[in-house]
Amino acid sequence: MKSNPHLLLVGKLVTLSMAMFAFGYIVMPPLYNIICDITGLNGRTNSAAVSAPVGQEVADRTITVEFVSVINSSAAWSFKPQVQTMEVIPGKTYTTNYIAKNLSGAAAVGQAVPSVAPSSAAKYFNKIECFCFTRQEFEARAEKEMPLIFFVEPDLPRSIDTITLSYTYFNTGEEPENVSDS
Amino acid sequence: MSTAAAGHHEHDDHGPAKGWTRWLYTTNHKDIGTLYLLFALVMFFIGGGMALIIRAELFQPGLQLVDPLFFNSMTTMHALVMIFGVVMPAFVGLANWMIPMMIGGPDMALPRMNNWSFWIMPFAFLLLLSTLFMEGGGPAGGWTLYAPLSLQGPDSFAFVIFSIHFMGISSVMGSINIVATIFNMRAPGMSLMQMPLFVWTWLITAYLLIAVIPVLAGAVTMLLTDRFFGTSFFNAAGGGDPVMYQHIFWFFGHPEVYILILPAFGIISSIIPTFARKPLFGYASMVYATASIAFLSFIVWAHHMFTVGMPLAGEMFFMFATMMISVPTGVKVFNWVATMWRGSMTFETPMLFAIGFLVMFTIGGLSGLMLAITPADIQYHDTYFVVAHFHYVLVPGAIYSIMAATYYWLPKWTGNMYDEKWGKIHFWVSTVFLNVLFFPMHFVGLAGMPRRIPDYNLQFADWNAIATIGAFGFGFSQLIFVYVIFKCIKGGAKATDEVWDGAEGLEWTVPSPAPYHTFEKPPAQYS
Repeated sequence: MKSNPHLLLVGKLVTLSMAMFAFGYIVMPPLYNIICDITGLNGRTNSAAVSAPVGQEVADRTITVEFVSVINSSAAWSFKPQVQTMEVIPGKTYTTNYIAKNLSGAAAVGQAVPSVAPSSAAKYFNKIECFCFTRQEFEARAEKEMPLIFFVEPDLPRSIDTITLSYTYFNTGEEPENVSDS
Repeated sequence: MSTAAAGHHEHDDHGPAKGWTRWLYTTNHKDIGTLYLLFALVMFFIGGGMALIIRAELFQPGLQLVDPLFFNSMTTMHALVMIFGVVMPAFVGLANWMIPMMIGGPDMALPRMNNWSFWIMPFAFLLLLSTLFMEGGGPAGGWTLYAPLSLQGPDSFAFVIFSIHFMGISSVMGSINIVATIFNMRAPGMSLMQMPLFVWTWLITAYLLIAVIPVLAGAVTMLLTDRFFGTSFFNAAGGGDPVMYQHIFWFFGHPEVYILILPAFGIISSIIPTFARKPLFGYASMVYATASIAFLSFIVWAHHMFTVGMPLAGEMFFMFATMMISVPTGVKVFNWVATMWRGSMTFETPMLFAIGFLVMFTIGGLSGLMLAITPADIQYHDTYFVVAHFHYVLVPGAIYSIMAATYYWLPKWTGNMYDEKWGKIHFWVSTVFLNVLFFPMHFVGLAGMPRRIPDYNLQFADWNAIATIGAFGFGFSQLIFVYVIFKCIKGGAKATDEVWDGAEGLEWTVPSPAPYHTFEKPPAQYS
């Protein structure tokens, strides 16, 4: 009589369940990020700098870019855009600032997370320079003016005439490294 | 020990061990089936008690009985208990009892693992329920445990996650056992297409469980590390995305809702032919429909998330894929109706529950079709309309099928007929109160009443009061069920081996009550 008639089948089924755990835990999160980055779903924009447009191809219309700021409820910050809206010609490069202040009595590290609405505009909105690419370290009650350089691609669909850029500011909870204790 | 005797007699029926350790150490599929069913019955009343707390608070607008945090943990716990503690264990219990007897096998393929699968469950639920008494209370972010809300709860969250891990391990072990039993233990000559549909639906359900429960385990493990070990899977500040949790959860969650209904389809496919005294109409199409539903369940998950801001193409895909499920489900409903067509029907309690299932499950299916329409769903999303929908498919769907199965096979299990009069009273009282309870939820939902909120606008007051009356009526009428089962175990008219006039299948060829060991010698009719 051979060892156990169920061994092969049970082995396969256990392997299947382990593989599905690995799929859920290891494969899905990176896969999700890749899909979001490619398609711009969830209003996700580029998370690393892109170079400025070179062709100087410029659209024959203007669109409105609105700037929104949200502070995560657990963060003691003041965080505001310098201007609320800009009239933008797609293809041209623009610069604006967000102003953040650490309202707490201790040094802290902040991180901004961007989101673009409508999400179908996300992949046409490019950031050449953005404070959201890095974390910012603040001394107690320090204020910083943080630059954002961006352009909108000229082939933005005609149906979109307003793009809303929203930043949510988080306290990362990390200990600042380079801030002196003065 | 009776080893000497066992060597000499082929039909040595030594019966169960004596004393309470019989239940602790048992590897007998009938004992374990009984344990699962009793566990589900106890949890049914615990989860039902939670539902009554919810309905009592919602009897009137304003906050009267419980504080909102406790209300939220009641809605969360009610769902977790009913899904993982009632419907799933009850189906596994029925599988344990019936599958070996239906396929002519002596026991489950892996009896020791079977014992483990069961005995993990009480500890998992002790862990889950104990969080209600911990500092900060139990989980209160909904049974879906959406991040980031669930991550803002008290530290007792770790216990919730571990209890879900344990339930998952139990379910996966039980499923592996069922698949191994069905593939390896069938009577000689019984082909897959000769198996009863209950066995077929459970085979497909077991594969669904093995495929998606580990995904849930992965999702809650991510919640655990996000909450306690500083990872950022779902934390936007660290580069994660809370919407990703919803995708992973519903990739588990949608197959899960079919896990809760496919075995019910199998039960109904056993009962209706018996009491219509006709073979099941379209056996092969039933098998293929079940397999199609299982396949489609993997590609429709985002219909739970129409409001997260998906692109139009995604919403269209998930809308049409979801609507496609109504095709195989419709095949099943029409097959059942065709089975009854011109049959010599009688209406014993199991048949009443089966017909109740057919009618009311279809109501839930139709409201599901409404919810699948993306533009309409944006209004229905997270309202009581959704609550009405899934309670119509789960209570007169899954729960009624379990009750039908209990009445149907109880004479085989105990050897006694149950009390037909009280069985019928149980059905009619339950059905009336159930509709009083859940039907008004459609109205308040369409008018905009949100789910999971302890207070509501005055305009919803009348229908909520009526629903609460229905809830208490339905809840207390389940005591009749317990009474009938208890009375049947104690005694009653002796059941014949065949029990039902038109019953077909191997389980009716063994004596009533079914002896402790059945089919030690495989049945011959298939070889």
